[in-house]
Amino acid sequence: MRNIIEVDGLRKSFGRSVALDGLDLAVRSGEVHGFLGPNGAGKSTTLRVLLGLLRGDGGRATLLGGDPWRDAVALHRRLAYVPGDVTLWPSLSGGETIDLLGRLRGGLAPGRRDELLERFELDPKKKGRAYSKGNRQKVALIAAFASDAELLLLDEPTSGLDPLMEEVFRECVAEERDRGRSVLLSSHILAEVEALCDRVTIIRRGKTAETGTLAELRHLTRTSVEAELAAAPASGSLQATLGAFPGVTGLEVHDLHVRCEVDTDHLGTLISTLSACGIRALTSRPPTLEELFLRHYEDDLAEVSR
Amino acid sequence: MTALAGVPDLTKLITRRERIRLPIWCYAILASVGGTAYSFKTLYSTLESREQFADGIGRDPALAVLYGRPFDLTTIGGLTTWRMGVFGAVLLAIMSIVTVNRHTRAEEEAGRFELVGAGAVGRHAPLIAVLRVVLGTQLALGVIVGLVLIFLGQPAAGSFLLGLSIAAGGWFFAAVAAITVQLTDFARSAAGLAFTVLGAAYLVRALGDGSGANGPTWLTWLSPLGWAEQTQPYAGDRWWVLALLVLATAALLAVAFRIAARRDLGGGVFPARPGPAGGARLLRSVSALSWRMQRGGLFGWAVGVLIGGAVLGSIADSIGELLGSSARVQQLFERMGGQSGIENAYLAAAMNILGLIVACSAIQTTARLRAEETSGRLEPLLATSIGRVRWAASHLAYPLLGSALLLVLAGAGAGLAHGARSGDLGTQLAQLVGAGLIQVTAVWVVVGLTVAAFGLAPRATAYVGWTAVGICLLLQELGPVLKLSHWITDISPFAQVPRAPGVAVAAEPLLVMTAIGVALLVLGLAGFRRRDIG
Repeated sequence: MRNIIEVDGLRKSFGRSVALDGLDLAVRSGEVHGFLGPNGAGKSTTLRVLLGLLRGDGGRATLLGGDPWRDAVALHRRLAYVPGDVTLWPSLSGGETIDLLGRLRGGLAPGRRDELLERFELDPKKKGRAYSKGNRQKVALIAAFASDAELLLLDEPTSGLDPLMEEVFRECVAEERDRGRSVLLSSHILAEVEALCDRVTIIRRGKTAETGTLAELRHLTRTSVEAELAAAPASGSLQATLGAFPGVTGLEVHDLHVRCEVDTDHLGTLISTLSACGIRALTSRPPTLEELFLRHYEDDLAEVSR
Repeated sequence: MTALAGVPDLTKLITRRERIRLPIWCYAILASVGGTAYSFKTLYSTLESREQFADGIGRDPALAVLYGRPFDLTTIGGLTTWRMGVFGAVLLAIMSIVTVNRHTRAEEEAGRFELVGAGAVGRHAPLIAVLRVVLGTQLALGVIVGLVLIFLGQPAAGSFLLGLSIAAGGWFFAAVAAITVQLTDFARSAAGLAFTVLGAAYLVRALGDGSGANGPTWLTWLSPLGWAEQTQPYAGDRWWVLALLVLATAALLAVAFRIAARRDLGGGVFPARPGPAGGARLLRSVSALSWRMQRGGLFGWAVGVLIGGAVLGSIADSIGELLGSSARVQQLFERMGGQSGIENAYLAAAMNILGLIVACSAIQTTARLRAEETSGRLEPLLATSIGRVRWAASHLAYPLLGSALLLVLAGAGAGLAHGARSGDLGTQLAQLVGAGLIQVTAVWVVVGLTVAAFGLAPRATAYVGWTAVGICLLLQELGPVLKLSHWITDISPFAQVPRAPGVAVAAEPLLVMTAIGVALLVLGLAGFRRRDIG
């Protein structure tokens, strides 16, 4: 599968503050790619470099097979962008803005615009400044979804949307994927990323921290296990046996009730040890994205407090 | 009193945000008045030299129309009053309009006032706070101007009256701006309304001051700028006229607070109307978009310069009457080429002023480039198939070609009015349209400078543009009277434009200025193509 976005070792500084410090990112054609990171990690800067609005200081970025800086205009015909904070022209109505942005990109799918207006429940007659934040966001989303773009670059697109509209947004992204389009979705809403994304890149202070499918990422982390056993192990106390077990952390033992976290690599051996004691009840839960994210975030906090 | 809650904190906030701009304004005004008085003191130190001046340059009717009527030119104070009274009041009026607008309507439009208004802050607190800052600063400035003039050896009463007359001109327009910011949703239209009032005040005063003894001199009394002039410092010291200005300011402020009490936060008196559900077929390019954004301003300026040109042109025919009669005047009269020579000199000065005014509109439209960028609206546009230069060009059409159109209109207004009165419509129209149009080459130079800043040092865009126009204006106003060296006054591109009508127009300076303008423009656009957006 060919990569629709390829970023290698991208660097960008603003004066003395370093925004991107060797970032890597690869988005495959036809996938929805989640782009996660705490505030100020460099997500928007990356998108702006990909749009040719900023010029990278070092490293390489390729978008749809072209150079985002040099071929900006030609590439932009093939993509649609939704900024995180949409500002509209105060004298233009929402409908006019949607049509204008669509035409400047090379045309809107006519039926789709009206359908989206209805689904997002947007009144297109209001003037730019009369819209609330969520409604401004809808204007930009409709303009993007109604276009025939191969690639959607979405920068925290659901900020300000209510839960119902977030649901509509998810449906729309799923439809885009079904139509073979690629999406780069920068987001804070982990449930959204979990529901929509095929692969995820987590960035932290301008560098890529993790990348891969959710399953792969989970593999690198711990699974929480909770079990009710029939008997203590023959070789000694439950606490001592499991405490010495490789890859186990956060062990809690109450009589025959066990709760712990285990590196996903050691999950199999842990389960067989437990089953030797006779399992009465067992729950094992893979880590949520939230836990993945928090783990990286906590590293940051730890470094800050140091 | 709850209505005043938050005023001290907001006053501090405004002072903090204005800590650079207001001192620059004050310094520029103080330096102009003080510098003018000081130069007069050194250049015309004897009574005889002043009498000579009063009979010479002081008789130039163009100066009376454009800058105000002289009352007593035999004292340094009187000379300074004549040169700086109306001009200083206009400068302070601009300062008032810009500052009041920035801290009231513009804050509401940006949505920042919601943050403030949600705090323990009275409804009118922002307006009260900004008025405190503006009126207070101008009062202090007026007093300091007075002290400077006293220091230069002028009578105390006249010195303070001149300082306070200038300040009161600023006060009046702070009150005008306090009303206009209540009326519309948009900071831009609120400022436009206030500047329209200022323009009208200037023109009405010009009509009054420009009419001979038999003409409608009472028109001066219809204009607040006329009142600032009619306090007549050093020549009668009419303090009651100053009281009139203060009372009028108080009355306007009362109106402003009455309106403010009745409207919604963020809304105007005139409610916003819904727009069309879809983009019309014409709205399909960035040019169409910038037309939508600029057309209102262009239309307003067009009406303004047409009227301004017509008013200034209509005075030309009777201008000779202002000369009076003495042997020296007779000499001057002949030296200036008789009746038509005086008319032409006046018209050339008027076209030059109109050129400077159109330059202000050009800087305003050029600065839109940067405003669009910082507002975040440029980003989604550049994420479509619009190139940077194409987008910039769609806006630059207004300062480059729109300015030419405005100058043609200004010339046409002057030509129609003057031609109709002198009975030579065809010639005057053609001559004055030409005299207006050649000013555009100077406008292009300042626009080019602003675009160069936009490309190379974007944060400085508006500062560079307005500073350039400000310097041109000061050199234009003060250069000849202060006998500044040509090396200095020639910095201003407006000094390079041939003084038509009445002289043969040389092509060379026009071509040189066009070339400089184009070079700066290309430099700026090249920089814009290479730099980061945002």
